Amino acid sequence: MKRRDSLKYLIVGTIGGAAAVGSSSGCKTETGENSNIITDATKSKLYGRTPAEIEHDKKVNAESYLNAHELATVAILSDIILPKTETAGSATDAEVPEFIDFIVKDLPSYFQLPMRGGLMWLDSESNKRFNKEFVALEHEQRIEIVDDIAYPDPDNKKPEMAPGIKFFKTFRNLTVTGYYTTRIGFDDLGVTSNFANVWDGVPAEVLANHDVDYDPEWIAKCVDQSKRNDIAEWDGEGNLLT
Amino acid sequence: MQIKENAKEYDVIIVGSGAGGGMATKILSEAGLSVALVEAGPYFDPKDPTTATQMKFPWESPRRGASTNRAFGDFDQSWGDWEVDGEPYTKKEGTNFLWWRSRMLGGRTNHWGRISLRFGPTDFKHKDVDGLGENWPISYDDIKPYYDRLDKMVGVFGSKEKRYNDPDGYFLPPPKPRLHELYYIKGARKAGVDVIPSRLSILTKKLNKDRGVCYYCAQCNRSCNVYADFSSSSVFIIPAVNGGGQVDLYVNSMVRTVTTNDEGKATGVSYINKEDRKEYKLKGRSVVLGASACSSARILLNSKSKQHPNGLGNSSDVVGRYLHDSTGAGRSAFIPAMMNRKTDYNEDGVGGMHVYSPWWLDNKKLNFPRGYHIEVWGGKGMPAYGFGFDVSGLNKYIGGDVGGYGTKLREDVKKFYGATMGMAGRGEAIARYDNRCEIDPEMVDQFGIPVLRFDYKWSDYERYQAKHMQDTFEEIIHSMGGIPLGDKPTKEQDWGLLAPGQIIHEVGTTRMGNDPKTSVTNKYCQLHDASNVFIVDAGPFTSQADKNCTWTIMALAMRTSEYIVEEYKKQNI
Repeated sequence: MKRRDSLKYLIVGTIGGAAAVGSSSGCKTETGENSNIITDATKSKLYGRTPAEIEHDKKVNAESYLNAHELATVAILSDIILPKTETAGSATDAEVPEFIDFIVKDLPSYFQLPMRGGLMWLDSESNKRFNKEFVALEHEQRIEIVDDIAYPDPDNKKPEMAPGIKFFKTFRNLTVTGYYTTRIGFDDLGVTSNFANVWDGVPAEVLANHDVDYDPEWIAKCVDQSKRNDIAEWDGEGNLLT
Repeated sequence: MQIKENAKEYDVIIVGSGAGGGMATKILSEAGLSVALVEAGPYFDPKDPTTATQMKFPWESPRRGASTNRAFGDFDQSWGDWEVDGEPYTKKEGTNFLWWRSRMLGGRTNHWGRISLRFGPTDFKHKDVDGLGENWPISYDDIKPYYDRLDKMVGVFGSKEKRYNDPDGYFLPPPKPRLHELYYIKGARKAGVDVIPSRLSILTKKLNKDRGVCYYCAQCNRSCNVYADFSSSSVFIIPAVNGGGQVDLYVNSMVRTVTTNDEGKATGVSYINKEDRKEYKLKGRSVVLGASACSSARILLNSKSKQHPNGLGNSSDVVGRYLHDSTGAGRSAFIPAMMNRKTDYNEDGVGGMHVYSPWWLDNKKLNFPRGYHIEVWGGKGMPAYGFGFDVSGLNKYIGGDVGGYGTKLREDVKKFYGATMGMAGRGEAIARYDNRCEIDPEMVDQFGIPVLRFDYKWSDYERYQAKHMQDTFEEIIHSMGGIPLGDKPTKEQDWGLLAPGQIIHEVGTTRMGNDPKTSVTNKYCQLHDASNVFIVDAGPFTSQADKNCTWTIMALAMRTSEYIVEEYKKQNI
């Protein structure tokens, strides 16, 4: 689902669905439409940080760890892992190198040494084979190395590749996570999350693809979304009347 | 240091603004009593856009939600986790206890799982069944009217199932199961495990004119900006503070002790203002502690006086003892039938599971006492940090190639999106005298307050329960046509039993009972040793049950608060 469809659902989902409540500034409780509440929260660029977290981000952003050569290598390698397709952007289009640059500073004990050492291993291997650093190789030469490290080697048939295999696995993890947590990645994967809606079960055409179904007895207990805005009332036995 | 004393004497000082403190604030202020609510963290309102994380996309965080700063990730709405800066705790050798604290208005209720299960008749009298632990001094019938009112006051969805030890209530209707939950239902039933709609305090239907209705973003752990889930901040405290003028809210105020007079009765509290780091005193005719089971025990133990030389309320030496957390163990699974699923529809649902398995067996036929329930997770949720790690590894289960890049990698990501799910068992541990928190003899926190030291060990009761969980998970997974992921935890690994504290259901530190020699409070959560001090968190729980503790914290807090109001009317306080 694309962004514009999400927005359509957001509007549908909020009609009469919620009420504004008394604020911290001491306003009286008010009822009615809340058309601006959801969008207000998404306007803030701070992703809800506490003062200490704002300081943490400033500190991390002010640091530098990977140098220009390392970042150039990161960009090339990430685009080999997730290149541009007819319908989807590449890793660099999705700013994966920027994400990797940040995360190695944010989680240094996890990533700094493996990343720096792994990139250097890649240059060493490139020099050994072609007498050039990885960034200076032809595409086919890069692929020759990548093909040797992109798959596990459980029988240890090429022990000299083991450090490269380990590095590539970590690098691929960060590339995939960095890519699929962006709008480009969402669109490629078809992520349909994170918008206000009125969920009413798995669509019939989806159920038709699977060997499971809704049990009528179970569904009889579930919410009737046409009555979601009717205030709940019960009889003395706990049976819902509205 | 000169301690600054506020001249005003409150009817009640409430310490802590979580589930129990919030309920007490509501009931006591609405009864017309003057209330000082003292919270160790800052102000928080779930709908304040400057602190809101709800509806944020992962790319709004430069770390895509990773847990660098918050243990459950950037978007989880808890300020504080297993560690709080400047507020350490220690452990005796051989103890691995983890203690979660949320320093903010509303406490842990801003991010909790909203699982709202009543304790059943057996849960209050379990010693009668198996001879272990201690019976509560109250029964289900004593607390049932409060559960009933709580359901209507706060809202909980669920279904009437007529199960003896999982009593029904006044439920809002539950949401329909998601796709992976339909697989779970099928597998659980085949394995002989009961499964019913879950019971969560999320408004699937309008409850009153002050709160919104769920819009199915699946983000209750971020706390809801239309107040459609229960957080103590949004549902109890903010309305009470903005309401009748009965509540003075003290935030960033860390209570050090309860102060007492020559008769041994409480006179108020002493607290550190975190902003100026000075000590202040508040005067109150009664004190209600709702700081959390362990924090309230800490305050009591630190409140030593001539009248209470072993700490306030601790003539029994039971404060801090009988600490117990729920047991926990889990397993994840890959469901090949869910590969290459259609993704072009939303399936976020509410913030939590739509189905669960309440305890379904009789322990007489088992080698461990007490039960557990099973929580279910999975589905094609919104990617965040960690998404796609080792995604191609699942190929080994279907004869595909592990590893790779480019087109193959993109296909793997799509193929496996939403094809994994998992189960988590949450069970009842036996409360034991030796499992405790106590005051560390040497260490203080940054406010000079002596910290807690934990001493806690699981027994074979809990270990065998975890083994049963693991066996059950595998049976359900196979019944779903799934493949269990990772290796099954072994005996040497305690069958995957998580460390105590990790389930964040710690209870029992100020347990209730009729005998002042073996309990801290009476059945109204009133200290045996000081009649104007009450406890409204999970400290008074005599035992935990195979349920989550929040609904019972609130039902008990309502009952205790109304008892306090009656005591005021009778001029007993």
